[in-house]
Amino acid sequence: MLLGPALAFSALLFSIGVVGVLIRRNAIVLFMCIELMLNAVNLTFVALAQYHGVGGQLMVFFVMAVAAAEAAVGLAIILAVFRHTTSVDLKTNTLLQG
Amino acid sequence: MADTIFMALGTIAVLSAIFCISQRNALAAAIWLVVTMLSLAGMYLILGAPFIAAIQVLVYTGAIMVLFIFVIMLLNLGEGVSDIRGPGAKALAVILGVGTATFLLRLAGYDPARLAFEVTGGTDLPPAAVFETAELARRSAEGQGVVGAIAGPLFSTYLVPFEVTSLLLLAAIVGAVVLAKRRI
Repeated sequence: MLLGPALAFSALLFSIGVVGVLIRRNAIVLFMCIELMLNAVNLTFVALAQYHGVGGQLMVFFVMAVAAAEAAVGLAIILAVFRHTTSVDLKTNTLLQG
Repeated sequence: MADTIFMALGTIAVLSAIFCISQRNALAAAIWLVVTMLSLAGMYLILGAPFIAAIQVLVYTGAIMVLFIFVIMLLNLGEGVSDIRGPGAKALAVILGVGTATFLLRLAGYDPARLAFEVTGGTDLPPAAVFETAELARRSAEGQGVVGAIAGPLFSTYLVPFEVTSLLLLAAIVGAVVLAKRRI
């Protein structure tokens, strides 16, 4: 039931997330694109959980927990960087680029 | 009927994701991402995962996106200079994205019969015979409700990952406080 379309939509969402990470320089928008990719993978898990049983849905549960933790720590890092350089633009934050 | 709604929701999700990455304003991008996540919740509902749909709305749109919008407003990121990279980088990114999409879109050709064929390594069993666990899960969901069917394996088979998740969240809370506080 709807396996092909669900996988197609998740492929499209994942590619849009990849493009977003590559074309944006704002660190917060970059984070949002990463969340978009995580959501695309969640859609794959739920689509295949129709056949594999409830384990796929549990994996989505864990992905959401990890995404929440990642968002909290990542946004705290962005806040700290902003306080230091007054910018979240990745073009100006190149201290680690060597 | 459900198929039509699923297609409509998927189209909305993809279109608002495209708007999300092409909006120059960070707040507008966040709102478009909320639209994507809400339509994904609807798709989960149609795919037979109402509990996941509920926590998608609660955790993703309710908690994570609110956190994003808080930070955007805290940093006062208004209409500034566009943060989208130049035409060269943009063209390269679109080429890479189209490549990823064409590679991943081969998955769209899967239906239950082909999935069963490949999982069993080339025997012509019907999908219902191959995916017995899903059938069992569906039957137990009828007996103990949607949440019960998820809670059962969560607190037996997946108990260790579940407890490790609590440690991860504790570490994330402490880490976020340490990073965001000026002076500890």
